[in-house]
Amino acid sequence: MKEIFEIRIHGRGGQGAKTAAQFIAEAALEKGKFIQSFPEYGPERSGAPMKAFARISDKEIKTYAPVTNPDVVLVLDQTLVGTINITDGLAKEGILIVNTSNTQEWLKKKTNFSGNCITIDATKISLETIGINMPNTPMIGSLIKATNIVTLDAVENIIKKKFLKKIGEKATNANIEAIKRAFKETKK
Amino acid sequence: MSKNQTNKKDEIKEKAGTTLTSSKQKITALTGAHAVAEAMRQINPDVVAVFPITPQTEIMEQFAQYHADGIVDSEIIRTESEHSSMSCVVGASAAGARAMTATSSAGLAYMWEVVGIASGLRLPIVMPVVNRALSAPINIHCDHSDAMGCRDHGWIMLFCENAQEAYDATILAVKLAEHPEVMLPVMVCQDGFITSHAIQNIKVYDDKIVKNFVREYKPRKWLLNTDEPVTVGPLQLTDYYFESQKQRADAIFRAKEIYLEVGKEFSGITGKKHLLFESYMLDDAEAVVVVMSSTAGTTKAVIDKLRKEGRKVGLLKPILFRPFPYEEVSKALQGKKYIAVLDRSESYGANAPLYGEVKNAIYDLTNNKSENNKEMPKLKSYIFGLGGRDIFEDDIEKVFKDLINGNIEEKKVGYIGLRGEKVE
Repeated sequence: MKEIFEIRIHGRGGQGAKTAAQFIAEAALEKGKFIQSFPEYGPERSGAPMKAFARISDKEIKTYAPVTNPDVVLVLDQTLVGTINITDGLAKEGILIVNTSNTQEWLKKKTNFSGNCITIDATKISLETIGINMPNTPMIGSLIKATNIVTLDAVENIIKKKFLKKIGEKATNANIEAIKRAFKETKK
Repeated sequence: MSKNQTNKKDEIKEKAGTTLTSSKQKITALTGAHAVAEAMRQINPDVVAVFPITPQTEIMEQFAQYHADGIVDSEIIRTESEHSSMSCVVGASAAGARAMTATSSAGLAYMWEVVGIASGLRLPIVMPVVNRALSAPINIHCDHSDAMGCRDHGWIMLFCENAQEAYDATILAVKLAEHPEVMLPVMVCQDGFITSHAIQNIKVYDDKIVKNFVREYKPRKWLLNTDEPVTVGPLQLTDYYFESQKQRADAIFRAKEIYLEVGKEFSGITGKKHLLFESYMLDDAEAVVVVMSSTAGTTKAVIDKLRKEGRKVGLLKPILFRPFPYEEVSKALQGKKYIAVLDRSESYGANAPLYGEVKNAIYDLTNNKSENNKEMPKLKSYIFGLGGRDIFEDDIEKVFKDLINGNIEEKKVGYIGLRGEKVE
């Protein structure tokens, strides 16, 4: 593994890519890691493609350069596949996780990515658990299953810390359930 | 300030201490902007003037939240422009209050007139600045042209690499500004978006400790003191104006020693040294990059890599930009073979701001030339990152390698990441 584990999240404005990156980073911090998380700022419009990043390391993170060679790419919206270059800078041994109801073969064919392609229907999970289409939290569950980069309990703590006051207990638990379900349904 | 008010402040600060920071020196995750708001919460200034501008807005948003929650009791003044914001804090500070505001880019440019008044009246205002490019063309991203535009305005200027440094510097700045030997405003700069909007590990000190460090502001002379009336900002023509300016010039040079003194005391809390500049692998370095703020962090990552390959490379990261520590920088750069100075702003028609200062500093070395038998370093100016143009580790690695290989044309300015031109 590289000294710094780097994650890139593609989404559309409003889908919670920035929040997902933040939760992953903060969950790592809970386990004593050094972290960074930041979105790419451009025209901030709802629905426009955007990117967010997270860095996790056992050592102090000194660099402030953009993330160019991520270890994992998460894609929150399947309409971005084929629209933008989601595998840009992703090494062969990297992992690509896409929210889609399509199969792994579809993803492989669409992207020509020879590394680990993972598909998960995060939209369906989110609709069935949270009740709205917020794929960002279930995608964290998939990420954990694929990489073990953070633990489920640490993410659960962060979600509770961030959400309880804001959206109440019921919705918070629904998000946690979404993460756990995605974790379970993700095939490495 | 009356005793009652002071007690109320204590009470509120106690409340903040129990609700927000449970343990002493907690490591938490904050953006650079939030970190500064956190410092402001602990400082709990008497008056804060608020006007939004990207990317500074996040600081005041967070601070206003603390105010709405009753965690701070500052008088918040929502102004209609930055010119008014600075005017408000100038008035408040002259009246005897501890006053703060924050800004970026066009906001700083718009308040420029009053920025000079703050230092001219010797008012210890602290202002976080989230560095952003100036128009035109309009751009919201990071460069240092906003702060550099008022580098000759009599403000003490600190440049911070990350959220931790911005948090620390904001606290330190209060004590530095209000020191009786200084009495000057301080600008605490950090890189727009790159650090202001990036979540990082940060150690937040216990509220009581910070409060005890900054203490209550007790001005020597203040406008609302009817027992000892003073005039603030009178007309000075050919009679006294010149003397006033000399006093301001003396005060800001004095601020260097006071900064170190205050920094030493602050070290007891932070556990680290608060220096004029940071030296990273500098002692035995032959090729040195001089750069401020977040890019200094990226440079360290490059140095770590190149050192593993056995290259003698190092960094000098200026922190205190005004007053500029010429002697110390000159000493630190003595004997270096190659120096690249990376500026995140232009000085149109002149040497780039940081490069100009470093060049001034190493001129001192010419006097020592014969006794030390050392050649003058080869010095090269680079401009990078204007309007937020990304700077990658590879870019800095190339700068170092060009230095090591002597592949530099001293008189020509290099542009890093500029399209249509190769890095010199």
